[in-house]
Amino acid sequence: MEFLGIGVLSWITFLPIIGMVLILFIPKEKQNVMKWTAAAATFLQLVLAVMIFFHFNKGSLGINTQEGMQLVEKASWIDIRGVPWFGRIHVDYFLGIDGLSVPMVILTALISFIAVFASWNIPKALKGYMAMLLLLDTGMMGVFVSLDFFLFYVFWEVMLLPMYFLIGIWGGPRREYAAIKFFLYTLLGSVLILLAMIALYFSVTVPDGATGERMYTFNMLAMMNPANFQPGTLLAGVGTYWRHLAYIALFIGFAIKVPIFPFHTWLPDAHVEAPTAISVILAGVLLKMGTYGLLRISYPMFPELANYYSWALALVAVINIIYGALCAMAQQDFKKLIAYSSISHMGIVLLGMAALNTQGMMGAVLQMFNHGTITAMLFLIVGVIYDRAHTRDLDAFGGLAITMPKYTGIMTVAFFAALGLPGLSGFISEAFSFLGAFQTFRVLTIVATLGIVLTAAYMLWTLQRVFLGQPNEKWASLPDINGRELFTLVPLAVVVLALGIYPSLLLDLMTSSLNHLVEVVRSGAVL
Amino acid sequence: MMLVVYIVSAFVHLFSIGYMHGDVRYGRYFAFLGVFTFSMLGIVVTNNFFMMYVAWELVGLSSYLLIGHWFERQSASDAAKKAFIVNRIGDVGMFIGILILYTTFHTFTFETIFESMKAGVIPFGSEAWLTAAGILVFCGAIGKSAQFPLHVWLPDAMEGPTPVSALIHAATMVAAGVYLIARTFPMMTADALMVIAIIGAITAFIAATIAIAQNDIKKVLAYSTISQLGYMVMGLGVGAFTAGFFHLTTHAMFKAGLFLGSGSVIHAMHHALHHSGDRKTDAQDIRNMGGLKSKMPLTFWTFVMFTLAISGVPFTSGFLSKDEILAGTLAYANLTGRWYIPVIGFFVAGLTAFYMFRVVILTFLGDHKDNHRYDAIHESPKTMTIPLIVFAILSFFAFFSLNPFSATSGWVYSALPRPESVVPASVAAAGIEEFETSVHHSHLLAMVLSLSVAGIGILMAFVTYYWKKIDADVVAAKTGPLYRFLLNKWKFDELYGATVVAGTVGIAKLARWFDNRIVDGIVNGVGSWTKGLTLGTKRNWVENSISAIFYMIVTAGISLYVGWVVGFGLLPAEASLGAIVGYVILGIAVSGFTFFLFYVGVGGFDNSIVDGLVNATAYFAGFLGLLTRRLQTGKVQTYLAFAILGVMILFLWFR
Repeated sequence: MEFLGIGVLSWITFLPIIGMVLILFIPKEKQNVMKWTAAAATFLQLVLAVMIFFHFNKGSLGINTQEGMQLVEKASWIDIRGVPWFGRIHVDYFLGIDGLSVPMVILTALISFIAVFASWNIPKALKGYMAMLLLLDTGMMGVFVSLDFFLFYVFWEVMLLPMYFLIGIWGGPRREYAAIKFFLYTLLGSVLILLAMIALYFSVTVPDGATGERMYTFNMLAMMNPANFQPGTLLAGVGTYWRHLAYIALFIGFAIKVPIFPFHTWLPDAHVEAPTAISVILAGVLLKMGTYGLLRISYPMFPELANYYSWALALVAVINIIYGALCAMAQQDFKKLIAYSSISHMGIVLLGMAALNTQGMMGAVLQMFNHGTITAMLFLIVGVIYDRAHTRDLDAFGGLAITMPKYTGIMTVAFFAALGLPGLSGFISEAFSFLGAFQTFRVLTIVATLGIVLTAAYMLWTLQRVFLGQPNEKWASLPDINGRELFTLVPLAVVVLALGIYPSLLLDLMTSSLNHLVEVVRSGAVL
Repeated sequence: MMLVVYIVSAFVHLFSIGYMHGDVRYGRYFAFLGVFTFSMLGIVVTNNFFMMYVAWELVGLSSYLLIGHWFERQSASDAAKKAFIVNRIGDVGMFIGILILYTTFHTFTFETIFESMKAGVIPFGSEAWLTAAGILVFCGAIGKSAQFPLHVWLPDAMEGPTPVSALIHAATMVAAGVYLIARTFPMMTADALMVIAIIGAITAFIAATIAIAQNDIKKVLAYSTISQLGYMVMGLGVGAFTAGFFHLTTHAMFKAGLFLGSGSVIHAMHHALHHSGDRKTDAQDIRNMGGLKSKMPLTFWTFVMFTLAISGVPFTSGFLSKDEILAGTLAYANLTGRWYIPVIGFFVAGLTAFYMFRVVILTFLGDHKDNHRYDAIHESPKTMTIPLIVFAILSFFAFFSLNPFSATSGWVYSALPRPESVVPASVAAAGIEEFETSVHHSHLLAMVLSLSVAGIGILMAFVTYYWKKIDADVVAAKTGPLYRFLLNKWKFDELYGATVVAGTVGIAKLARWFDNRIVDGIVNGVGSWTKGLTLGTKRNWVENSISAIFYMIVTAGISLYVGWVVGFGLLPAEASLGAIVGYVILGIAVSGFTFFLFYVGVGGFDNSIVDGLVNATAYFAGFLGLLTRRLQTGKVQTYLAFAILGVMILFLWFR
């Protein structure tokens, strides 16, 4: 698929940048034009995502073969010859998707589109806000489509800066603290990833097509082939000390993003301070990058260590699930509660991944998508009430079901989806993750199921405190949810319901790739 | 089972049209009712565990929505939440059971699982796991069928509209648990069945004792339901498969009838109270009723019919099914020697007859309590009485067996034979034939015993509440603590509130504290230490606080450690005394330097030392300049003297 001679993945990645440039040229007063430009850019992106969804070939494997990748675009980007010590630096502009990335691409497009509408009433500096939002969008999309580690890292970092400003300028009262914490914490992770990336670069060589001389490469697919590791280099061999170190560095880098206990404390602060749309993006897409990175990079490049450390991953997964749920239960702030519930739900993704079998892996990737949509709904819901009442204290409300019935209706869908009710999407991915995990880790999975009860408890408790009971006099005049807000919530609710009833819509896209990924990891040497 | 769901649901819908008339959320109520019926049917028609679990949870959802129908009331929303969460605890057990089965058999289908089990495949090759899987699946039933120890949600669930109580909490939803046991019966080992029987017996006993002391008509019925469910579960547990399931069917009919009957009474009471402008009197308290017989004849006679059925009086459906269960318990005791099961069974049968007749007498017989209110009471509309009449007719024996004294010849028994067990013979319960023979032997004994306990129960009820030979209040007063214990439902709510609920909330608060103080404290600590390294801890020392002391200790510790490492690290293995002293001094110096570095910070260090050295150099140069300037006197003699001095020095140097 190409438009104007440029591949669809480039379009979907850089459309927001085009929107951003346009917005920068729009005069300050014309706020509506800016909003609609942003909406148009993200809408086109969503249209492309839908086209990709229908165009996608469900049978191809992807993961470690270039033939299995789809919509591939590859061009030489940076090529410097004659550099002292190591000769030649070569970076490709290499994009492509497979069954692992396609759900994330669709999710990113969907969430970004909705985020624009959720930002409709930004009070100050709209131009800067929309520009940053679109830049962020490009960064996120780029991470999911790039197959060159260097390019991946560039996009990974591109995302960081707009996020810092979006929280730091348009956030709540403690925005500066939250923004700095988010930035520094994530940067720490990035540095670890950078180190691992450089170590990988100096270990992997591929023959140059033209001359046949072996040259270092950032190509991720090349890094997944053990034969490409040059003997005697840092990361050559199996289960060496340096490989352990690189794996752990990568793991911590991604763990900060997920976030995995104990690297999670930036998340509640960032969420609480960020404006609604940014929380939606943060929870909806950014957290997925951590688990995506683990699956795309750590697993296939270090299969023996993925096997070796799988129990540790399962352990932190269980901690995430239980600990996140417990912390959520004790919160007074609605948004913080949802933030902790994210930690708990991301634990399910980790548990599914750790299982290293097809059910678990499918559960994990599906849960990544489902958590994206469900948590986005939850944050939008908090945003609706915060816009009206300017408080998020759970005990300040009560009886909203009577005064705001439509709002309560859509909220119920989101809450029950989050607590894993069958018929809504969260259940399928949870069940798959547990089914997979139980085959590998019996006791840990049984402990993790405790999370199911805890989640039900805090979700229903919240629901009761905010929505049930006698209406609070103070909020009797709150208007019910309006058309724009419904427009942001209903599409997500439809997706949640559709995937709850017929998950194959998405599962079919990823089955072959994830099966292959499991094979790749399982066939890696066992320590 | 499908028949039960359909019949009861249809009539509940019909009944609700009258009962819910004028409700604020009339439309929503019927929508939820529809969801409920859908999910119940889902449980019944599915052939695999996964869909069963899906429908199972959806039933939980619809009951949550229906119980919380009047969510403005705190008690209603509490009850709904409690029902969902308590059920979920059971469901998680069931889910783990399903996980075990799936991991072993890689399928969810009942038939396939049972077939492989018959072929000798058992979970993880261990019989203990098989038993565990059985008990875990049974956990789902404990939740849904309100068995001990998860029975606490059911009485509270009476906060929902009465037709919902009839539908969910008497006939269908709670029966789902029994259905589940019946479905999975073939995979239950003897040990699993024993657990089931014991849980059933405990439930039946506890609930019956609580029912005696309750005054709210719906509460009595709720506990009676729990008790009867315990009966069914016990029946299945002892191996009386058909009897247990049969009781489910008959009970569904007469208990739905009882609930709808009570709904009719409450509806009338509400109406009358509303009429007389009385807002204080509880419309559901049987102490406020009495003598309603003549005012509501249809409700009364149907109610009596249901009561006879639940008490196990001959010619009713309840007699048939109850009798079979009791015979089954006797047979079980015969085979296994666990005599406590039938003892509890018969005792509960007596209690049931007693408390049900207590309700009938207090509600319909005797004197009315308030003339004004009494006059305003009317029979309920036809949409409410027709379901009652239908259920009453269905409570006759003839619909289930033509022989009023034995159900075994009826259609239920031929339609529902006990399935073959598929578990390995070494852990299986007594076989069908062995069990049937034993049942046959104890049948007559069971019938005589059950008739006599039911008779005694009914007689006691009349003696106490109708003829008032025994004063119930006096009995209550004399057995004070016991009575209050029963009235307060064995204090289960208090116990769970103090342990499970408070414990969880407490741990949650602890987790929050840990997260804020420790985990995030470390993160912020790293931040402020990095900052401190640049700015120095000097600032923190001024505040006279704990953190200042903390800073001091940590800085001192780090400094000493650095000094130690440097001093002793460099110390050669065989050093002279002087060298040792030298290295010690070096260590102390390094340690002092580190401490100083922390104290003033890298920034401070840069300011005071590095920059200080630079400044000092400049200062020194300036000082030299000042000194030498003095020499520039401008006199030739002075310069000459200096030149001679220089030559002399050179001469001395190169001498």
